[in-house]
Amino acid sequence: MNLKKKAPSQKSLEESYQRWKKQSYDSSFSENSSQTIPRTTISGKKIKELYTPLDVKNLTYEEDLGFPGFFPYTRGIHPTMYHSRLWTMRQFSGFGSAEDTNKRYKYLLSQGQTGLSVAFHLPTIMGIDSDHPHAEGEVGKCGVSIDSLADMEILFDGIPLDKITTSMTINAPAAVLWAMYIAVAEKQGVSPRQISGTIQNDILKEYIAQKTFIFPPNPSMKLIVDTFEYGSQEVPRWNTISISGYHIREAGSTAVQELAFTLRDGIEYVQWALDRGLDIDQFAPRLSYFFNAHNDFFEEIGKYRAARKIWAEVMKNRFHAKNPKSWLLRFHTQTSGVSLAAQQPHNNVVRVALQALAAVLGGTQSLHTNSLDETYALPSENAVTIALRTQQIIAHESGVTNTIDPLGGSYFVEKLTSEMEQEAKNYIDKIDNMGGMVKAIEMGFPQKEIADSAYYYQKAVDNKEKIIVGVNDYTMDHEQISLLNIDEQVAKHQIKRLKDLRNSRNFTQVKELLGALKKAAADELNLMPFILDCVKVYATLGEIMDTLKDVYGEYQEPILF
Amino acid sequence: MADRKIRILVAKPGLDGHDRGAKIISRTLRDAGFEVIYTGLRRTPEEIVSAAIQEDVNLIGLSILSGAHNVLFPKIMSLLEKKGVTDVKVIAGGIIPEKDISRLKKIGISEIFLPGTSSQTIVDWVKKNIH
Repeated sequence: MNLKKKAPSQKSLEESYQRWKKQSYDSSFSENSSQTIPRTTISGKKIKELYTPLDVKNLTYEEDLGFPGFFPYTRGIHPTMYHSRLWTMRQFSGFGSAEDTNKRYKYLLSQGQTGLSVAFHLPTIMGIDSDHPHAEGEVGKCGVSIDSLADMEILFDGIPLDKITTSMTINAPAAVLWAMYIAVAEKQGVSPRQISGTIQNDILKEYIAQKTFIFPPNPSMKLIVDTFEYGSQEVPRWNTISISGYHIREAGSTAVQELAFTLRDGIEYVQWALDRGLDIDQFAPRLSYFFNAHNDFFEEIGKYRAARKIWAEVMKNRFHAKNPKSWLLRFHTQTSGVSLAAQQPHNNVVRVALQALAAVLGGTQSLHTNSLDETYALPSENAVTIALRTQQIIAHESGVTNTIDPLGGSYFVEKLTSEMEQEAKNYIDKIDNMGGMVKAIEMGFPQKEIADSAYYYQKAVDNKEKIIVGVNDYTMDHEQISLLNIDEQVAKHQIKRLKDLRNSRNFTQVKELLGALKKAAADELNLMPFILDCVKVYATLGEIMDTLKDVYGEYQEPILF
Repeated sequence: MADRKIRILVAKPGLDGHDRGAKIISRTLRDAGFEVIYTGLRRTPEEIVSAAIQEDVNLIGLSILSGAHNVLFPKIMSLLEKKGVTDVKVIAGGIIPEKDISRLKKIGISEIFLPGTSSQTIVDWVKKNIH
């Protein structure tokens, strides 16, 4: 008896599918049913009613997917992924004074967080001190107030920097905050060669989306390459950049735009570093990425997998990196802030759980989960605990880490991955043809794409084409929740602390070293050693940034909407 | 004599760089037939009030997500009063805890629009309240 069944030919499967679609699927819908609305992701990408082997017929396993830890890394960058080590649970955190935040860090670490992530207040982000007139009302509100090395020492008091990794979300002034961290570590007896962490340090996405730029593009890019160079020589375990899509997505881009613009930013950074004469394999292993985990579950997973594949190919084939470590896209993920609702805030716990799950199924190396109250304020202790527990429940109760890339091989997920890969590549080519990302930004290209996507999404929500539970459907009154409050006393204390600092330091030395920094900037030297010198004599962030503003000027963006 | 179009200043006070909402609102209000001037990012209270006077607007819309509203909004309102601006209404949106709303309304902010507010709600409010 011949038990071998004949495999259906491609043509007969196509015929079967069409038969199923017309006779069973389409015919089930009457004229009045909701089948008339096309099914799309939150990004507007059309999704078919069903995916079959026909959708993946052009994929070959080893070439397009590869085994985990092998080119092109679609399934994951390590052979063992979460089996050796779970993703780092790294909650972005910071508020009030350095003491307040130090307490929160210790709390989070005691509750099982495995890495630190620093949120700075807006004055620090914009390179001004807490006593600057423009800092009024802002001190300690969006993050921790850091004006000098003295604040940084308090921030990490009792936290051993040889035992923990720290990510710092800071961009225009990244080099300065990095120098402060290096100085704090040295005071703990920890050498720069031992410390490990990340500075976001991604100025391109500032011009595109987050908008906390200070200097114009050229000097900003130069400063970033300074950090690549310095890091590769002196701080080898440090990720000198976190090339970010999170903010691009939050500003309103689609998933493909997030993927494309972020990777093209990465290409720009690599090119600038190569133009300086750096050896690609010296700095590329320390490039890292940061993506959003938004609402559409499968679109996000497709995005992460496509990201790994595109970057591996770019590094190997476009830039000819030889060290496989240079081909790896290592990324942190944050669940989407903009997707949270102010109405019925407890629903946000569910949103975050689904988004976090997508990030894990997408193979993230590090994860931040938002808190339910973040449409109103910075996370309360209760809310951030739930957010952290969300990650722990996924890790220990859901079973999704038992096998690597569990969705690999899904007709849908593989098709989505390759479509997003292709669409992102089209954008990358387009920006290449514009002359690169700095040029594209000068032309307003990514900014306009994002503004349009944001506008059309809002229209879809207004028209109820996209439903947000509790916001444009299933609405009801909700109880006000208790929120974290930042007292104006924080500002008072910080300003006094600054005054005392200015009075207690050796100002002659400060002035001298700021002068040396200014000259080095004008001479286009690598500024890291000069910034370190300034930081160690307690020059304030504002003083250092003002010195650089004198040389580099300030960027004004064109006002468009 | 033709009716003058209603003029609206959409402003970003303080250091906050989040402009997604401000840009969408600006575009939406322009589509609805109003004249819209967008200040761009990081404007001081002085710059905002000065622009409002210079542009002779009927309405100021403040967009802020940084938590600095309790300090910056009173400054803006008192500057408007000091400059003798009496016929301009002020509305706001962004990240503003519900508990702050009544205090802000007491200082003269006509309405606060929380995240999730539909575009139509804002357009309707302007049509109803600004003449």
